[in-house]
Amino acid sequence: MGNWVVNHWLAVLCLVAWLGLNVFLFVHAFLKYEKDDKYYYTREILGTALAVARASAFCLNFNSMLILIPVCRNLLSFLRGSFCSRTLRKSLDHNLTFHKLVAYMICIFTAIHIIAHLFNFERYSRSHHVTTITLASVLSSLHHDKEGGFWLNPIQSPDMTVLYVTFTTIAGLSGVIITIALILMVTSSMEFIRRHYFELFWYTHHLFIIYMVCLWIHGLGGIVRGQTEKSMNESHPHKCAQSFEKWDDHDPDCKEPQFEGHPPESWKWTLAPVALYIFERFLRFYRSQQKVVITKVVMHPSKVLELQMKKHGFSMEVGQYIFVKCPSISFLEWHPFTLTSAPEEDFFSIHIRAAGDWTENLIRVFEQQNSLIPRIEVDGPFGTASEDVFQYEVAVLVGAGIGVTPFASILKSIWFKLQHSDHKLKTQKAGHAALNFDKATDILTGLKQKTFFGRPMWDNEFSTIATTHPKSVVGVFLCGPLTLAKSLRKCCHRYSSLDPRKVQFYFNQENF
Amino acid sequence: MGQIEWAMWANEQALASGLILITGGIVATAGRFTQWYFGAYSIVAGVFVCLLEYPRGRRRKGATMERCGQKCMTTVVKLFGPLTRNYYIRAVLHLLLSVPAGFLLATILGTVCLAIASVIYLLAAIRGEQWMPIEPRPTERPQVGGTIKQPPSNPPPRPPAEARKKPSEEEAAAAATGVGGGAQVNPIPVTDEVV
Repeated sequence: MGNWVVNHWLAVLCLVAWLGLNVFLFVHAFLKYEKDDKYYYTREILGTALAVARASAFCLNFNSMLILIPVCRNLLSFLRGSFCSRTLRKSLDHNLTFHKLVAYMICIFTAIHIIAHLFNFERYSRSHHVTTITLASVLSSLHHDKEGGFWLNPIQSPDMTVLYVTFTTIAGLSGVIITIALILMVTSSMEFIRRHYFELFWYTHHLFIIYMVCLWIHGLGGIVRGQTEKSMNESHPHKCAQSFEKWDDHDPDCKEPQFEGHPPESWKWTLAPVALYIFERFLRFYRSQQKVVITKVVMHPSKVLELQMKKHGFSMEVGQYIFVKCPSISFLEWHPFTLTSAPEEDFFSIHIRAAGDWTENLIRVFEQQNSLIPRIEVDGPFGTASEDVFQYEVAVLVGAGIGVTPFASILKSIWFKLQHSDHKLKTQKAGHAALNFDKATDILTGLKQKTFFGRPMWDNEFSTIATTHPKSVVGVFLCGPLTLAKSLRKCCHRYSSLDPRKVQFYFNQENF
Repeated sequence: MGQIEWAMWANEQALASGLILITGGIVATAGRFTQWYFGAYSIVAGVFVCLLEYPRGRRRKGATMERCGQKCMTTVVKLFGPLTRNYYIRAVLHLLLSVPAGFLLATILGTVCLAIASVIYLLAAIRGEQWMPIEPRPTERPQVGGTIKQPPSNPPPRPPAEARKKPSEEEAAAAATGVGGGAQVNPIPVTDEVV
């Protein structure tokens, strides 16, 4: 437990801060609508559901602002380069996790918001159908026959159903559309769909554009209403609420209260992140338009394609990844691949395994060996944990299957650095475990016999490393399946000493 | 997009719709909204849809991740044979189930979501997809050390040239650096230093 906190304190801090802000904003907005005299008469009809709906709306604005930021990978890459601290850099690895957490929070607040508004609409509707004259019924019938829009109840007459009002107001219609877009985005981004049918997830996720647009127009109707300033000065609710039966008697002390909506605020929260994201997409497009020259194509056994390329102005660090597009296969799809070349080489390369539609088509196109090589567009490179490998005295690199690719880059780079006697290289020792499954040939070395047999017993490996390097900081890097990540993470915690001067294992994971 | 199995997404969407129907139904019934009996219907319909959609079907290629505890429902759903296997029937069923919930604001979201799921199932049916149950496979328990297969029959250092196409130093060198690419040529010879 102690080791976990030491490794993750920044992520925990950010999480606590984010949750704390959500709670604070919710309570702040709730108290405003529950206590403020401006909404005295509104509360008379709606009760606490008004405050719940508005508070959840406030939090929805906050989370909608946050959701686009973790997916601006160019911005994050830039931030990553300017952070010196290892802990700060590691925290950027969790950007996708944060994006998902914010999405879950949006779903929760959406549910609260909708349920509260269902009660609000129902109460607005009921206040027209009471048998006795109550304050609520009087308020509901105010000002509907006059011009000026000083009404309180958006349901104009007893004949109007809530369904009618929902689908004929901007707020109602945009609310339905926004929720449907959200639900479709959520169902298509379930882990199962993402892993096996990635294009479906990617295309459906662009519904976020509809989400943002509808969010901006959602508040245009001004349906949530409070008493106007002028009306409060003339007939304050504390003074006049009890005498509601006498309001139309032209009593100078207590006139009929007048109400107004307020302008939409969602755009104020989300304008900056949307602008940032548009800039991010533009940057990706601009970078992709630059010419990429394919210098070498190698077909490896087990249907693995290696592409060696050159691009003007391209510079990389070890273990970074790029997004690749092939317009002749698909005009819109970008797919991520780890760079397998070292920064010291004069080209950059990727190894692609056939794992679905796009990759199989790509391999088939290159297999045909026509003189016409298809055009490739590249965006990146983007940084992940492997950049930190050289900061550790001892590095343990674990790659499973195609997950060996980032470590190919690192090992090549270490080799080059050793050749050029790079004194800045902290790494004294690098151990590489490559796990191959059911392949007759080792894809890396080309040997007919595997480099290592069977699954390593991690406990043995870790205790050996801890005994051989009792005072070192060991970085453990994994590119592979979750189950392996769990066992490696456990071993890191178990074999790290609580004394910071003794051996420390830091676990880093690649994730796409 | 050729390999997309639309039924998988339809299944997620229908499951979500079932939950939304239940939630809307509970709100309408508990709050005793006008025409709340549609809410009661919505709860029942939602539970039925959730039970039907909970067992995930098998993917055409590759292994399929089961939902937690779905074995029991898989047996029940399998019993109905073509009624549950065929996606045309499911599409129509979901469309019909969604209609009554559309009369109440609290449940209309469930209606729209279930109708969308119905359309996706229709698309899946047109493409010839079918619901196939995930059959249990005998799980192999890897013993500690049990994954170690038979040791190499011809370990290095190996005799040069005779039985091999490449010289042994280059292979040993390639093994030591763990470099990608079968035809990698190292600019200077590299030796493996065993510590």
